[in-house]
Amino acid sequence: MLLNQFLLLGAVLFSIGVYGVLARRNGVLVLLSIELILNAVNINLVAFGTYTGSISGQVFALFVIAIAAAEVGVGLAIVLMIYRNRQSIDLDELSSMKG
Amino acid sequence: MTLAASDPIFLRYAFVLPALMGVSFVLILFFGKRLPKKGAEVGIAAIGMCLLFSLAAGYQWIDRVEHPPEVEHSEEPAADAEGEHALAAVQFVAAPAQEEGEHHEVAPVLTEATWFTSGGVDFTVGTFVDGLSVMMMIMVSTVSLLVHVYSTDYVGGDRRYTHYFAFLSLFSASMLLLIMSRSTVQFITAWELVGLCSFVLIGHWWEEKPNSDAALKAFLTNRVGDIGLIVGMIVLFFAAGSFDIVQINEFANGVTGGNDHLLLLVASLCLIAAVMSKSGQFILHTWLPDAMAGPTPVSALIHAATMVVAGIFMVARLYGVFFEGLSIGTSNINALAVVGAVTLLFGGALAFVQNDIKKVLAYSTVSQLGYMVMALGVGAWTAAVFHLFTHAFFKAGLFLGSGSVAHSVHSFDMKEDMGGMKRFMPRTFVTFVMCSLALAAIPPLAGFWSKDEILAGASQLGGDGGYPLMLIAGTIGGGLTAAYMTRCIWLTFFGEPRGHAADPHHPPHESGPLILWPLYILAGLAVVSGFANLPAGGIFPDVMALRFEHYVEPVAGYFPGELPTFSHPHFSWWVALVSTGWAVIAAGFAYLYWERGQGHGLTERSRVARGGYVLLENKYYFDHLYTGVIANGIKGPVARAAYWFNQNVIDGILNGVAFGVTVVGRWVYKYIDQGAIDGAIDGSGTVSDSLGQALRQLQTGKVQQYGALLFGGAVILAGIFVFAI
Repeated sequence: MLLNQFLLLGAVLFSIGVYGVLARRNGVLVLLSIELILNAVNINLVAFGTYTGSISGQVFALFVIAIAAAEVGVGLAIVLMIYRNRQSIDLDELSSMKG
Repeated sequence: MTLAASDPIFLRYAFVLPALMGVSFVLILFFGKRLPKKGAEVGIAAIGMCLLFSLAAGYQWIDRVEHPPEVEHSEEPAADAEGEHALAAVQFVAAPAQEEGEHHEVAPVLTEATWFTSGGVDFTVGTFVDGLSVMMMIMVSTVSLLVHVYSTDYVGGDRRYTHYFAFLSLFSASMLLLIMSRSTVQFITAWELVGLCSFVLIGHWWEEKPNSDAALKAFLTNRVGDIGLIVGMIVLFFAAGSFDIVQINEFANGVTGGNDHLLLLVASLCLIAAVMSKSGQFILHTWLPDAMAGPTPVSALIHAATMVVAGIFMVARLYGVFFEGLSIGTSNINALAVVGAVTLLFGGALAFVQNDIKKVLAYSTVSQLGYMVMALGVGAWTAAVFHLFTHAFFKAGLFLGSGSVAHSVHSFDMKEDMGGMKRFMPRTFVTFVMCSLALAAIPPLAGFWSKDEILAGASQLGGDGGYPLMLIAGTIGGGLTAAYMTRCIWLTFFGEPRGHAADPHHPPHESGPLILWPLYILAGLAVVSGFANLPAGGIFPDVMALRFEHYVEPVAGYFPGELPTFSHPHFSWWVALVSTGWAVIAAGFAYLYWERGQGHGLTERSRVARGGYVLLENKYYFDHLYTGVIANGIKGPVARAAYWFNQNVIDGILNGVAFGVTVVGRWVYKYIDQGAIDGAIDGSGTVSDSLGQALRQLQTGKVQQYGALLFGGAVILAGIFVFAI
């Protein structure tokens, strides 16, 4: 069983995603990184599902994909609005929530 | 004795009458103000339908008396067997009255429904329709209809016009419910409802203090009697084991086994207290003259024709109880007759010193109610009920007539504001005189036939020698009636106009047709209603004689008519001649005294006369007794004791408590409030503030930094999960 390999792949993808979310300044790339994190999770779900011989892992993965699509739709709309307001999507400039 | 499908429809569905008036009450109350006539038309339509319904019921009842249905033996074998046993028991008794022989049982029309059940006892309601109920139905709806019509003019433009008609409807509903009550519980309910309507309508113009005082007085005085009513009904329930009026009477008459004389005596004495308050008998009559504070049509309807006769009706309805309990058939004096005789004399005497025309009529009502009670007390049941019937018409006519006069001169004071009204109001004058003659028992008007029957009863019924004291009292009372009505008519309609009546800017004028037509009808009834019970065996053909007695007096086990001691009086020429002659002579004396001024100054010359006048003027000091002696006697010491208790004990406790509370309060303020609580709150504020200042450093506004913290936290948690667990 290649479970370990799958889990390793998931962990690598997750880490890349986390790096992208934390380090990239471009909002669109941050969204892409979030997609990477979600897909890392999907790989884990499918891998564990196959490992335990149940279908629920894949069902969960399908749900996650559907929700991720909606999330990206909303996220890109937000990014678009930010661009329209500020002519920029640099996340470092979005510090109006400073306490 | 149960509801048979063959019972005539108007007798079976008598409950429609109170229901109709109840619906009318609700409609007027909720929608009256939006209607073009402000609700009056609803009330008049409803009471008009009631009158038609009761006339139809009267027709069917007469038919039932003429052709009594076969007694259904299969339905209640036990009761009928006992009934026949009782019938057999009276067979050997020689019938004292000539029509006794042709009597055969006429069952009342009864309906019944269970109201509620408590402790295994069914409280039922139902209708009990016999000749008495049907007669009352016709009388109540006739007078009520005329009063409704009269009121549209008399209280026209009043600010609570709609409200007034609503309560007229409620009153009619309650009164109709009362007269067809099957059970005593239902009876008490209706009794209280009419009392409530009386209270509301006396206090109709409650903005003026005397009016609301009069309403309260009426209500509270009636409460005194109501205690007697409730106790009496409870005694009867435990004696007869039922709330059913038919069964109570059958028990009292000995139809359903033996009765208990002592219990019946106690019950009837308690119930007499109720009669005293509701029907204005001495010594609880004081509310009735004060009740004249209400609008005049209300006085005519409630305080002359209908509600005040509820007490008489109650005695007539439960006559078995009174007849047995007070041994009416075999004694020469009893409590009921004494109450009636005293009331008719004292009430009549009081009417002489009143200057308010309505108060004269009010005391006259007290006196006439005394006649009815006395008649019941001597055993002249039919005479009492017949007098109730005729009195309702001529007294309502007198009240409405006095209202017509007062409507024109805007005052009720005969001495100050009336006089010479004959000239201005000839039509009112004629009706008033006709009703007065009927009241004074001048033949052949209504009052003569009924009052003469009462006197004949007092002379012939009871044990050996009849009821001599009652006969004397009744005869004297007839003279008083004639005399005070002469005085009243003379002061109102003759002589020179005084006060408001003499006001040249607003001369009195005859009232409109809405006021006059009820007067015409009532005056007409005052003339003809006496012919309903012409004496038998005299100059009148037998077909016309004693019709009222034939149709109204029950012939069944629930009425003592079949007991050996019960009998009917005959017409007696000398009683009729003496009482009429005495009435005419008394009226003549009154005429001489007030019109000719002969004998004036009697009160100045004679100490006895002056003393009598002062006594009468102060209404025998009953009001002083009630308010001054009893109420103040209780009020004074009790109030002083309560004041002392208040000042020393309660105030002391309050002061002590207040002082203690102040001390504790100060300490609490200083140490707990300022110290602990404020400290805690200030402290928490400071802590939050500094914590916030510290955490503020983290809020850079940079999303990625937040993300880094989030992931850092997640890594730490993951580390804990992986390594610690």
